[in-house]
Amino acid sequence: MDNIGYFRADSVQQAITLTQHHRSTFISGGTSLLDVMKDYVERHDALIDINHTDLDEIQDLPQGGLRIGTLVRNAPMAMDERIQSRYPAISQSILMAALPQIRNKATLGGNVMQRTRCSYFRDTAFACNRRQPGSGCPAITGLSRGHALLGGSTQCIASHASSLSVALVLYDAQVITQGPQGQRQFPFSDLHSQPGDTPQVENNLQPGEMITHIELPDVPWFAHASHAKVRDRFLYSNVQVVAALDVQQGHIRNARVALGGVATVPWRARQTEMALIDQPASEQTFDHAAQATVDLMQPTDDNRFKLELTKRLIKKALNDIVENADD
Amino acid sequence: MNAQPQSHPSPGQTASDAADASEVVTAKAITLNVNGKKLDVMVEPRTTLLDALRERLHLTGTKKGCDHGQCGCCTVHVNGERIMSCLTLAVMHATENEEGDQITTIEGLAKEDELHPMQAAFVKHDGFQCGYCTSGQIMSAVALVGEGMADNLDNIRMGMTGNLCRCSAYPNITSAILEGAGNMQEDN
Repeated sequence: MDNIGYFRADSVQQAITLTQHHRSTFISGGTSLLDVMKDYVERHDALIDINHTDLDEIQDLPQGGLRIGTLVRNAPMAMDERIQSRYPAISQSILMAALPQIRNKATLGGNVMQRTRCSYFRDTAFACNRRQPGSGCPAITGLSRGHALLGGSTQCIASHASSLSVALVLYDAQVITQGPQGQRQFPFSDLHSQPGDTPQVENNLQPGEMITHIELPDVPWFAHASHAKVRDRFLYSNVQVVAALDVQQGHIRNARVALGGVATVPWRARQTEMALIDQPASEQTFDHAAQATVDLMQPTDDNRFKLELTKRLIKKALNDIVENADD
Repeated sequence: MNAQPQSHPSPGQTASDAADASEVVTAKAITLNVNGKKLDVMVEPRTTLLDALRERLHLTGTKKGCDHGQCGCCTVHVNGERIMSCLTLAVMHATENEEGDQITTIEGLAKEDELHPMQAAFVKHDGFQCGYCTSGQIMSAVALVGEGMADNLDNIRMGMTGNLCRCSAYPNITSAILEGAGNMQEDN
């Protein structure tokens, strides 16, 4: 790892000001950032430690919903009773990812900003359009078992890494940031960018802009949710499905489905949702709805098995919600 | 957590290419609170907590396996919670004034000559072969008891996913943790 400068910021404003004077990035938990810095995949001249900026609380919003500080660690976030009862797919997405020691240290903000696990991206001996624009993508013709079937381009097919982010797009989360230009708020689904022709642009944050909070809306049926995942060696997501259903007397009034591990960004499966809404909650509906997203997938030879795996996991996630509601 | 692409020099670029490289610090004196003792140590900002413990403070019970947070050999407690000491910087845990992080390593578990109940259980159950992962396994297991998740073998297996054993001594490790957890409760 390169030698670096280190500054401890006591406030968000101080942290942002420090980034204006140094080629630097923010560090909170560090579990993801130090990993890529050790391999020279990311290089910085200085790190701004934001752990002392008081952004570590989960607060109830006056209009309902929750406001979660960027420094809330993954483990206590997953165990928070409000999140477990009102947004259960968030708890499950956290607990079914990473390792206990990592979840104790990793923060909300760091989790959603983690870089892709693409092994070519993480090895500087290889070309990578995301690391070095225009250098090429060895994954497209190489080993691509873990790569994306949705949202890829001719430049990049790296999968998005954050399982938690998939639950945040499911639940219509909002991102609140502070930066040199002041505060801003926007939908979480706008945070990450598909690679397109600019795979090096991974998100819409500006230099020096910090995620300070994530907000979750108050939607009662979001509690009727499920999480289904197949992992390799208990580490990284192979296919992850989160879903929430509003079912009244066997009729689906509203639906949310999101996918991880198979897309370049946390993926809202909108075609699946449209095929669910206003339909009976039946095996046939779930089958058609799952197929609607699988039809959009562009597999490689290495990850073609995920077409069937994704379909089965979507159906399992939807069935689990209906079965739990019957209990 | 800021936008990365513009601010990341590509591999091969050096610090001298940066707008202002003057902030790079070679070494700085910090105080770490380890096993109840305040220890002064010189570290570079890039020094991980793991390297500070092993290479500067010579507390070599904590092991370096993968150095990437995947194997769990470097598990220590910070304020009672288990973390990977390879994925955090020593300077981030420096004690300023009276406040600061309380770090516990495997050397801090035993009371003089009396083994911690979890250490004793690992000996009794032969919870290791080569022993390299053992200090991390024990630190993780003690924290798992505190998390209330060491009450049966299924929970222990799930809760110990952050600690790999290349000798695959897992059956003895999990049975040691089950007994060690019981003995820890009795001691309290």
